[in-house]
Order: sequence, then C-alpha cells, then structure tokens
Amino acid sequence: MSDGRAGTLRRLSHAALVLLITLIFVGLALTVIALPPDAAGLSDDVNTELARSGIRNPVSATLLDFRSYDTLLEIAVLLLAVVAIRSIRRGGLPTIRTGDEILAFFGRVLIPVMILIAGYLLMAGLDASGGAFQAGAILAAAGVLLILAGPGVPLRDEALPIRIGLAVGLCAFVAVGVAGMLVANAFLDYPQRGASDVMLLLEVGVTVSVALALVDMFVGVLRRRESGSTTRATDRKEQ
Amino acid sequence: MTAPGLYALVGVALFCMSLHAVIVTESPLRKVLAVNVMSSGVFLVLVALARRAPGTLPDPVPHAMVITGIVVAVSATALAIVLINRLRADGEGL
Repeated sequence: MSDGRAGTLRRLSHAALVLLITLIFVGLALTVIALPPDAAGLSDDVNTELARSGIRNPVSATLLDFRSYDTLLEIAVLLLAVVAIRSIRRGGLPTIRTGDEILAFFGRVLIPVMILIAGYLLMAGLDASGGAFQAGAILAAAGVLLILAGPGVPLRDEALPIRIGLAVGLCAFVAVGVAGMLVANAFLDYPQRGASDVMLLLEVGVTVSVALALVDMFVGVLRRRESGSTTRATDRKEQ
Repeated sequence: MTAPGLYALVGVALFCMSLHAVIVTESPLRKVLAVNVMSSGVFLVLVALARRAPGTLPDPVPHAMVITGIVVAVSATALAIVLINRLRADGEGL
C-alpha cells in the first residue's frame, strides 16, 4: 500500500475479481433456480435395477454395482495418494507422545465402540444406511485416536501387513473385475447369484484400505519436530 | 423456493466465496482450506439437488458421487499438505 499507483491497480483488479465471481454466483444461482423442481434424476432407473443387484441399499448398489468402475478408480486414487505422500514426505515418521490422560481415557473407552460401529456399518451397508467408506472413516478415526492416545511407540509404515492392507481394496476390485470377465460378460460384471456376497467381499477390502490409507495420510502429513523449533513456531513465521 | 433449492444456493455461495479465497489468499495452507470449502459447496449442491422430487427417496447416484468425491478430496488435501511441508523443508520460502 506504500506505492499509490500499485495500490490502486491492486484494488481495481480485486474489484474486477469480485465482480467476476459475483457474475459466476448469479449465473450458477439462476441455473439452480431454473432446474425443474420435481425431476427424479436417475432414481427410477436405480430402483428398477435394484431388484437385480441382490442388495437393498440403492447408494451401495450404485457404488458397488452400477457404477463400480468409479469406485475402483476411487480406491486407486486413494492408493496413489498414499504412494505419492510416502514418496514426497521428508524424514522418518515422528513418535507421537502426547501423554494426555483424557485422550488415553477416551481411547480406552471409545476405540472398542468405534470398531464395533465400523463393523456394523460394514455389514449393514448392503441393505441399510452404511457402507464401506463410512466404516473405513470410523476405523480410521479410531486409528488416529489410538496413535494420539497411545503409548508413544515409534510409528512404522513399512511393515508388510500395512502395505498389503493398503492395497487389498484395489486388489479385490481388480480380482472381482477380472473374474467378472471370465464368469459373466464383462469387466466388473457379477453373476446374478452370489452378487451380494461379491459386494460384501469388496466392501471388506475397501473398508480395510480406506481406513489404513486415511491413517497413513494423517501420519504422513505430520512433521517431525526439528530441535528447537516446533511446528507451531514455523507456522507463525509464515505470516 | 423449496428447501433443497435453498441448500443448493448455499452450496453455490460457498463455492463462490471459496473461489475468491483461493485466488486472493497467499498462504498455501489457506488455499488448500479454501479448495476444501469449495468442494464442500459442490457436495452440498449435489446432495441438495438429489432430493428435488418431494416425497420420494433421494436420487442415489449423486449421493454415490459425493461419497467418491469426499474420499478424493481428502486424498488431494493430504497430498497438498505434504507438498507444502516438503516445499518448506526445502526452504522455498513459503
């Protein structure tokens, strides 16, 4: 703001930006308002096909049957992000030792309940509200709580079971897809009988992979404290 | 104005405000946060518009898309934060 001309230019360009974004808002808002109020979208298509899918939750049927290729790619994105984070991040994993009594207490009380709820959501997901992503997210929250409240052991992410768990969702999807080519007509096509069992298998794999990937991302985002400077101090320096 | 339409408008407003924030803010972490709010606006629009037909179950296809989108948004956020950390560690003056 010291230089008058540069300040004016800056204010002008900001005003132009605000005007542009206001125009975008007005355009999008008019579009939303102009949409037909009673359009059912693809509900009818899903409901007529739902009986053939073998499960009763239309969202799960969409995720695991009608648009299962989307879900396969999504699991692939998740795995890709984990691989990229592991490649980009610097230094070893930090040892988290909060020593927080409250976290430790809540961990003892909540983690078993969270595992139970995750298992319920996983099993219920085919026929009622729930599903692999919800179950995986709750399991991941339990994992984060365990790390924060835990005994402060050094974190290790190179263990083979963790790597297998990270990949199991994508592997299950690809295996089911290829099996569909052999048994049924096309990639990711399920035979009519046993489709719900196949989808349950996919759900288990996706739950494990989502949970491990989210915990892995949480751990990967943390930074090791350098001696003398905490994370908080470096954040303040940025301003 | 129906309730889903109102929610959709709120989603559009969130999207536009965070679009402004993405362009104007300089701190990369705030940009990442703004992109997150932006995606929340998009999800709100999708979920709201899935329920336009009154008295029926909402359209499951946008819901499935939102679940997919949330997972991808979390992945992208984590990757962006790790990239920011790495830039700082390499002394890129952010």
